[in-house]
Amino acid sequence: MDYALIVLIELLRAVAGLVLIAAGLAIIFGMMRVINIAHGEFLMLGGYTVVLTTKLGVNLWVAILVLAPLFVGVFGIIVERCIIQFLYNRLLDSILATWGLSLLLIGAVTVVFGNTVEGVATPLGGFAIGEYKMASYTLVLIFAAALILAAIYAVLRYTRFGLIARSTMQNPNMAEALGVNSRLVYMATFGIGAALTGLAGGLLAPIAGVVPGMGVYFIGQAFITVVTGGTAIVAGTLSASTMLGTLSQSVTFLSGPVFGDAALLLVALILLRLLPQGITGRIFSRSL
Amino acid sequence: MTRLNKPTRRDFMRTAAAGAGAAAFSSVFPAISADADDAILVGGLHDLSGFIDFAGIPMNQIMLMAIEEINAQGGLLGREVKGVVYDPQSNMSLYSQYATQLALKDKVAVVMGGITSASRETIRPIFHRFKTLYFYNTLYEGGVCDRNEITLGTTPAQTVEQLVPHTMNLWGKKVYTIAADYNYGQITAAWVKRYVEQNGGEVLSTDFFPLDVTNFGPTISKIQEAKPDMVMSVLVGTGHLGFYNQWAAGGMKDEIPIASTTFGAAGAEIEIIKPEVANGIITCYGYYPQIDSPLNNAWVESVRKRYPDDTPFLTELSAFTWEGMMIWADAVRSAGSLDRMALIEAMESGKEYEFPSGKVTIDRKTHHAIRDVYVADLQDKKFVIKEKFSQVQPVDTQTVCDLEKDPNANKHYEISLN
Repeated sequence: MDYALIVLIELLRAVAGLVLIAAGLAIIFGMMRVINIAHGEFLMLGGYTVVLTTKLGVNLWVAILVLAPLFVGVFGIIVERCIIQFLYNRLLDSILATWGLSLLLIGAVTVVFGNTVEGVATPLGGFAIGEYKMASYTLVLIFAAALILAAIYAVLRYTRFGLIARSTMQNPNMAEALGVNSRLVYMATFGIGAALTGLAGGLLAPIAGVVPGMGVYFIGQAFITVVTGGTAIVAGTLSASTMLGTLSQSVTFLSGPVFGDAALLLVALILLRLLPQGITGRIFSRSL
Repeated sequence: MTRLNKPTRRDFMRTAAAGAGAAAFSSVFPAISADADDAILVGGLHDLSGFIDFAGIPMNQIMLMAIEEINAQGGLLGREVKGVVYDPQSNMSLYSQYATQLALKDKVAVVMGGITSASRETIRPIFHRFKTLYFYNTLYEGGVCDRNEITLGTTPAQTVEQLVPHTMNLWGKKVYTIAADYNYGQITAAWVKRYVEQNGGEVLSTDFFPLDVTNFGPTISKIQEAKPDMVMSVLVGTGHLGFYNQWAAGGMKDEIPIASTTFGAAGAEIEIIKPEVANGIITCYGYYPQIDSPLNNAWVESVRKRYPDDTPFLTELSAFTWEGMMIWADAVRSAGSLDRMALIEAMESGKEYEFPSGKVTIDRKTHHAIRDVYVADLQDKKFVIKEKFSQVQPVDTQTVCDLEKDPNANKHYEISLN
């Protein structure tokens, strides 16, 4: 019984992990059709922000929840202004440019901070379920993922900015004709996507090894989740994360992590064969 | 990157001046030839950039320091020794390109380098084919059989054989192994199982992890369910570092202790993972800077003096690179030539070298090092040495390789225990 509860929490944790690393990408890719290969490095910047600012004495939670998204968000806006804005509707060029950005960021961080910066320990300690112990931070990750999805939904659904953003993505010309400054909307959307990625990187910092190359460990899963999810940001990310996360984590529990990894790829492969437009291309196609 | 030590006019003047200075002390040391073209070249192929530069940069620093020391003692055969350094950037095509260049264009006398097994298996056949003496100084999974290569790093049989009984005596007989899913992890995990069973214990489970796994939640739950007396970590790479944080976060650190064949091997983990998480991990390597011998204390001091601001990590990797240079230099002196076969025969003579790491002999059958290994406990970023094992044989490689019988062998055997 206790073990079942542990497994359940771990399944939620796997879903939350995918939601966290994919949410920012879903906004940037799902809404703007820009493939940001440097997504993993945005996560890394979030992680470095936490590691370096806590070293300077900043409270860990302030670093994770405020500084990481703030810094990476501002950085994202700068990237959008300097690189991305010239590449809308140029898919291949945007891949090449953001790949270059990815290499540049890894190199720059390595040169400035080195490959070995002391990380942060996981806060909050653990709790016990029967005979099993678990990190309380796991619950923070699950809660944060839920909150992020709820926030994205609320903004898109209930705010004026969400309405404008959705209309711009749907039909930029019509939106402009109605007086919307689409360049500004694109910039803000990219910034928000980057900020969410920074937040995810910050949240992952205490449970991962923060090194310049850490992005490569997350980028594959992030893209698989977003592509499998399809165009709807919230419904797509949630459905894909749930499906991929629970399946791969269940297989991990049953047969070990090698098969868990393989199961994730296999499920994504089958889903994309059946639903080439992603889950939300056919099911929940009118959702956000 | 091009050759770092391309002689310039200023270098020539400096060398000439040094030569003149050395000549004044010729009663102590023979004068080094002032002619730069006459220098003996030593190739260095270490990853100086990329994800494992934390391993490659110290090895390169120590190699250059060893060259300086050899020159300060009068060089070799009356000639100056010079390093030819390339940065293969963890890129295997650059590794093969630079290896070919070192052998054919630079015509170096010897090469130190290669860190990952992938890089070694890229360059080892090249040096074999072009008859360029090669030293591989990194701990690895064992099994290289090549008379042209001297292998100084420890292999799983050398370290696991000591680590397993030591930690089983401390903690108990039930072991849970977590290992990286590639040849080093698979082979080492097999050795763990063998030695645990030989010592009357039991491996409850062995879990393998692809190198990109970062979430260890399910495994941590499974370990708790299995209730082992200890965890043996053969995890590799920065992705796997998350395990230690996640382990400590759940409060497991004080419940089940960890032994590792990899933690801190190249020095990086100790810097990245906080002491409150890493303290108490027990490891076994062929070198620790904390080895308390006059020779080692003096050596550590000399490294600090040479690199006061950017002191390299002192691990097996860097310490054995220094040993490689010294063994090679000693062979050149005793053979009185740079002839490759003469040097190989000199090193095969079974000579005992006294080094900071302890006594080292080259095993004639495998060209691997017979050496002292140590078990140590990590406390606040420093290792506390608990036990020393003298003259441990590389029995894993010895089971597959006999260079006396087959001197032309040119192979990396996958050692299978199953």
